[in-house]
Amino acid sequence: MVAPTIRVQREDFDTAIETEALTAGCTDIGAVVAFTGLCRSEGNRLAALELEHYPGMAEAEMRRIAGLAIEKFDLLGLTAIHRHGRIEPGGQIVLVIAAASHRQAAFDGANFVMDFLKTAAPFWKKEHSTDGKAGDWVAARDADDAALTKWQ
Amino acid sequence: MVKLVYFAWVRERIGKDEEELDLPDTVKTGTDLIAHLTGLGENYAEAFQFPKAIRIAINQEHVDHHEPISDAREIGLFPPMTGG
Repeated sequence: MVAPTIRVQREDFDTAIETEALTAGCTDIGAVVAFTGLCRSEGNRLAALELEHYPGMAEAEMRRIAGLAIEKFDLLGLTAIHRHGRIEPGGQIVLVIAAASHRQAAFDGANFVMDFLKTAAPFWKKEHSTDGKAGDWVAARDADDAALTKWQ
Repeated sequence: MVKLVYFAWVRERIGKDEEELDLPDTVKTGTDLIAHLTGLGENYAEAFQFPKAIRIAINQEHVDHHEPISDAREIGLFPPMTGG
């Protein structure tokens, strides 16, 4: 069983360094897909997002989802990193890297992890607007729940 | 005593991020717990105004509202998640 790398951190991450760490020494890997989620400004409306998480459970859920993906798609490596704290537009929020023998499994693995991470990993986004107000909590999207049905 | 932890707008509306409570024996499930908390004050009533929107975790694992809470050391109550 491949052991995933899971991290929840305030600091930024470097996709190149994480990819190198994931693939180092494993010459059976033929495909690596890296997904990076960024903070949008929503047309200059947002100054930042504040990411809150449930310490302990966030890591545990990410590890559980990663394990499902590794098993389902025979992944040879998986890294998932989610940031918390204040992140400004253009900043990186989340990284998922899936490695497999062939490309379809790597694409599907990264896609699967993101779909489940959005609906099951305990993170919440609060908007801070450019007019200085602490805005609303981001509402969960039905489309994110609907996205899960493709894996059933 | 059970430790309750709150996140996002549940935390903001209640006005605290965690607390330890003695629950009455009549509180057996997540549904019972939310109903009990709703009676503790206006801030709780506001946080749990739409009980079906609330997600529950027992000992840091997601559970349905009808699950028993008897083995819980820690119960998390929070809105639908918006990470990723």
